[in-house]
Amino acid sequence: MNKIKHIWMKITGFSLFFPLLCLAVVLVINLIRTPDFFRISMNNGVLYGYVIDILNRSSELIILATGMTLVVAASGGTDISVGAVSAVAGAVCIYSLIGGASSDVYRIPYVLALVLGILAGTACGVFNGFLVAKLHIQPMVATLILFTAGRGIAQVLTQGFILYVRKESFKYLGNFLPGIPVPTPIFIAALVVILTILLLKRTSLGLYIQSVGVNRIASRLVGLNSSLIIFLVYVFSGFCAGIAGMIITSRVYSIDANNAGLNIELDAILAVAIGGNSLGGGKFTLIGSVIGAITIQALTTSLYAMKVTADQLPVYKAIVVVIIVAIQSPVVKRWMKAVRHKNALSGNRKKVKA
Amino acid sequence: MIKKLKNRLSSNSFLIIITILLFLLMYIGGVIIFKDKNFGRMQVFLNLFISNAGLIVAAAGMTVVLISGGIDISVGSVVAMTCMLLAWMMENKGINAVTAVIVVLIVGIVFGFVQGWLISYLKIQPFIVTLAGMFFARGMTAVISVDMITIKNEVFLAMAKSKINLPFGGSVNKRGVLIRPYIYPSVIICILVLIVLFFVMKYTKFGRSIYAVGGNEQSALLMGLNVKKTKIKVYVLNGFLSALAGFVFCLNTTGGFVEQAKGFEMEAIAAAVIGGTLLTGGVGNVIGSLFGVLIKGTIETFITFQGTLSSWWTKIVIAVLLCLFIILQSVLMNLKWNKRKKINQV
Repeated sequence: MNKIKHIWMKITGFSLFFPLLCLAVVLVINLIRTPDFFRISMNNGVLYGYVIDILNRSSELIILATGMTLVVAASGGTDISVGAVSAVAGAVCIYSLIGGASSDVYRIPYVLALVLGILAGTACGVFNGFLVAKLHIQPMVATLILFTAGRGIAQVLTQGFILYVRKESFKYLGNFLPGIPVPTPIFIAALVVILTILLLKRTSLGLYIQSVGVNRIASRLVGLNSSLIIFLVYVFSGFCAGIAGMIITSRVYSIDANNAGLNIELDAILAVAIGGNSLGGGKFTLIGSVIGAITIQALTTSLYAMKVTADQLPVYKAIVVVIIVAIQSPVVKRWMKAVRHKNALSGNRKKVKA
Repeated sequence: MIKKLKNRLSSNSFLIIITILLFLLMYIGGVIIFKDKNFGRMQVFLNLFISNAGLIVAAAGMTVVLISGGIDISVGSVVAMTCMLLAWMMENKGINAVTAVIVVLIVGIVFGFVQGWLISYLKIQPFIVTLAGMFFARGMTAVISVDMITIKNEVFLAMAKSKINLPFGGSVNKRGVLIRPYIYPSVIICILVLIVLFFVMKYTKFGRSIYAVGGNEQSALLMGLNVKKTKIKVYVLNGFLSALAGFVFCLNTTGGFVEQAKGFEMEAIAAAVIGGTLLTGGVGNVIGSLFGVLIKGTIETFITFQGTLSSWWTKIVIAVLLCLFIILQSVLMNLKWNKRKKINQV
């Protein structure tokens, strides 16, 4: 009995417990409502199924959440410009590829356009990082600038039109590579996450980021270059937004400066919060954010499967988010701890009596 | 004398003065550039208020929230929900206009209370709570009706479109008829809100405790202020003001649809920041936010008067201004910091 209790305590104390529980609950509800939820079928040489769809559609979110997690951890603030930045990156990519009108002729090699797009995202990150790290501006305000201007800049490039690239090879990145049954975005997202984790664990960068997030001034006094680390984190977030922008544009082989990646920054921040990361900075788990991103996408997909319209979707999303975040809030956690403590005490008393 | 002036300048009112100066400069510039298009008419100035009345109310509410050290990004969605609810109640349910407005304001207050409770008692970050609020309100708008509803209620339209002529500032047109400048009732509402909020923030216990909580929550708590209660009140106030902003916005658009007022909250935050409110809390003024909104309105008027520029330039110019002001703020804060250091050394 005691052993079970001990294991139970250990499990609930595990930092990824809540994020995983949330995901599990969403999935189980799905399983009850749609029994063939986990079925994966082969169709025309590619995999189909709810699970594949969720993983596929959550790729952009996972990539953005990776960057966002580091931003939140190091600076205790959020980068709200990522959606607009990915629109900029997409616009730069397509504009450099085909110019100002829809066409099927590449002006420059495809790979070069991708690099340019990602560079544009990174450049936006550099701008954000400079404002936050060097000028000591609150992250949300600093990124508000690109949030407002980003779509404007993208529209200057596209002149307010939706630009289409009518070429098969452009769709590879956001859909399927010929001959491979798994959607390409999943590979990209996995690659980004694994490389980031390796980078953080193999070097001391992860530790530095946590340290700066916990106390910027103390870290500087210890000899860390706090400003540089915060700067790099924002650059990385811009870089991630650039990659996400490439996937978003390739998925629909077009760029709509007004709607590409709209509101995705909010989902990314939510993913970080659901993943159990404190938005105040400091300790972080990347895997938690990834699970958070998948949870959000699973929720979205399952609500669609329950025939909720796209416009009404936010209501349910909001309710679920409030419940999840409330469970993880410090007050409720403390309260639960108190209840657990009380139970343990009364258990002890029973023993004494016996 | 110079020292006094210097003190004045490095204090927070400096930011507001710069905002007002910038507005005047832009406006005078507009009058000179668009002389042949009559930019200098009284009506052009009043149109700034008419077309931005809702934003002024929302920005004033946002300023209060920002001063308290929080943030509310649900404003735009609440505005949309309010418009839709008003339209739905009057058109589909036949409820009379006054009752509908009262119901909508109560909904706003309840909405604000729930958000405030989650923020102050459960200690969830304001950003996350109001983010959820934003999703919720936007979704509710779609739940009420996915289609656009146009308001045909006569009482409401009378409220919206009854012109109030001003006794001064008239101009004579080409035919020699005197045209008086006019405003709509929505302008009066937004001016009233500004005046009331200005005095509340400056001269009441509630207003001062908002500044105290925003400046340093810990100190405010130690001073014996009820931080939680103050925060809840702030969000309730802002919920009410958001609903009021929705009502005023609806007077302008006379209809409700799902995509309405998207990005409204960011415009309100931008206006507040340009008006000298610090997002860290504790510093700010509703009058500054008014000028922030007016600057945005002036840029839009420029673009319409100019005629060939596309609408997305508004966004870019606003962002550039935002950038300038933010950098100015950070420089000023650094100056202040250095000054404090000097005092400590002495």
